[in-house]
Amino acid sequence: MPELSYREAVRDALSQAMRRDDDVFLMGEDIAEMGGSMGVTQGMLDEFGPERVRNTPISEMALVGAAIGAAMQGMRPVAEVMYQDFLTLATEQIVNQAAKHRYMSGGQVSVPVTFRTQGGAGWSPGAQHAQQLEAWFVHIPGLKVVFPSTPADVRGLLYSSIYDENPVVFFEHRTLYGLKEEASEEIEPIPLGKARIHREGEDVTVIATGRLVHEALAAATDAEEEGLSVEVVDPRTLQPLDEDALVASVKKTNRCVVAHEAVTRMGFGAEVAAVIQYQAFDWLDAPIERVGARFTPLPFAPVMEEWCVPHAKDVLEAIHRTVGRSNGD
Amino acid sequence: MAKVEKRGSLGKEELRDFFREMLLIRRFEEKVEERFRAGELPGFLHVGIGQEAAAVGVCRALEDGDVIASTHRAHGHTLAKGTPPNELMAELYGKLEGCSHGYGGSMHLYDVERGNMGANAVVGGGLPAITGAALAFKLRAEPRVAVAFFGDGATNIGTFHEALNLAQLWCVPALFVCENNHWAESTPSSQHMPIDDVSKRALAFGMKAVKVDGQDVSAVYSATRRALEHARSGKGPVFLDVETYRLVGHYIGDPQVYRPKDELKDLRERQDPIERLRAELELSDEEFEELDTEVQEIVEAAVEFAKAGTDPRPEDALENVYA
Repeated sequence: MPELSYREAVRDALSQAMRRDDDVFLMGEDIAEMGGSMGVTQGMLDEFGPERVRNTPISEMALVGAAIGAAMQGMRPVAEVMYQDFLTLATEQIVNQAAKHRYMSGGQVSVPVTFRTQGGAGWSPGAQHAQQLEAWFVHIPGLKVVFPSTPADVRGLLYSSIYDENPVVFFEHRTLYGLKEEASEEIEPIPLGKARIHREGEDVTVIATGRLVHEALAAATDAEEEGLSVEVVDPRTLQPLDEDALVASVKKTNRCVVAHEAVTRMGFGAEVAAVIQYQAFDWLDAPIERVGARFTPLPFAPVMEEWCVPHAKDVLEAIHRTVGRSNGD
Repeated sequence: MAKVEKRGSLGKEELRDFFREMLLIRRFEEKVEERFRAGELPGFLHVGIGQEAAAVGVCRALEDGDVIASTHRAHGHTLAKGTPPNELMAELYGKLEGCSHGYGGSMHLYDVERGNMGANAVVGGGLPAITGAALAFKLRAEPRVAVAFFGDGATNIGTFHEALNLAQLWCVPALFVCENNHWAESTPSSQHMPIDDVSKRALAFGMKAVKVDGQDVSAVYSATRRALEHARSGKGPVFLDVETYRLVGHYIGDPQVYRPKDELKDLRERQDPIERLRAELELSDEEFEELDTEVQEIVEAAVEFAKAGTDPRPEDALENVYA
């Protein structure tokens, strides 16, 4: 099986959908000749031409809104919002328009649009280029929210998102674009709403998203040396959420850590913790631990940024707290 | 300056039909106001009394397959685009038979089969999707035009500028219809716009802009026909500055403390599009009464239809929720 990087996997999903279907096209800032700020769409202009790989002005309301309007006419646009921080500029269109047309019309029209965006800390851009805002969008009825953490997942989930009849906000993590994974030649679409168990374990379940999946896997390796068996589960789709898979895992391990890069307070992890405590209360042997960023805008200085966002050691410490011991003692 | 369109020529029968449609919209909205004040209609209602010629003149110029996006003041556009009065009234009563099946209400009227892609309660909210719909038509080489209605107040919001810029940049078949009634809710254009001529905003994007007397339905119709031809032939979008007058408050129940009473009285005397067309058609009192009785019966029947409609079950609220 060939190895694909996360970046190549995104490109492959887009390209295969565009080869299959004339209704699929891309819009975004700097996506044509430049190939996107993350290089995801490099080479696609040559294959598909400027009508289908459309450079837009710096104009998030219009590019997102135009994608919505084209989708309502039966196209399957993929609109790229360069940084998820810039979703704020188009939030009215995503929240009031994309999420609600099907509902407000009583089911007369659907909006099969995908909003791709990326972000994440670890490169010191400061407070306006690295936020993790997925929790804003999972709170909106009418939006599907996907946040893949590996190349195979990003490819299979993006393909499914493009062919979903409803709007999907699709989060990619900046620091993962170079990550490689074996993937099949042909795309295997991954259904939205299905979690992935990355590693099986007996003592603690870590439910993690995005970059934190990899931090959790690193923490699980360290924990194993201490004799702790850690299960790592990535929901992959945050809305709809595969509650059954998460709850089943915690019923097996009796302990749970929820980890994401976004700020902990009012975060996605709070909802996951609520789901777990309600559905697996009698199975829990310890309070659910949450791992996330400190409640602050992201600072510039690398030492401060590093300190604000969570890493493997933070996940490991949370694992330790759930088993009631520190440093493996 | 934008070009001022002269009146086109329409046959007397066609004009008479426009008159009937405008009168139907007027009587429909008067009934809505009456039923709202009687406590029968829930929600937040805005009527467009005085703006009927804009709705009818534009919508009657459209071809099958053309689509519109409307505003919070949507009853006239919806009726003029072909939604039966029964279905519209049923929506205002929150019934399953309504044009949005009770999920939308007055500010979210849809009739997708008839090309109404939805009224929007966010001022300017529907404009980018019209650029996008027009882009879809262009990409698929379909001879269709997408039409956005909005008011002068909406020309201050970012979506207006971004949507027009993109539409012109991509030369898509869109028509941007500014129902320029000189008021943004309670704020006069002198307080919300630093220029006198709103069409300058479209001209700034290099877009063709046309001014038209919005109280003259045949002028609106002819200007729209020409604009549609321009858009449909691939020459790009058009901005229509339809000068009109809102002869009522912003919403039903608006005491209009912000507006001089004599101004309103004067406008009602001089700028009622229905009175103007009635005079132009030289309708006798008998002819007028006959039409008026006919449309009032339609409106009464719509109320009866709506009241006899099916209430959704509370749990129907979860239909069409996919995430």
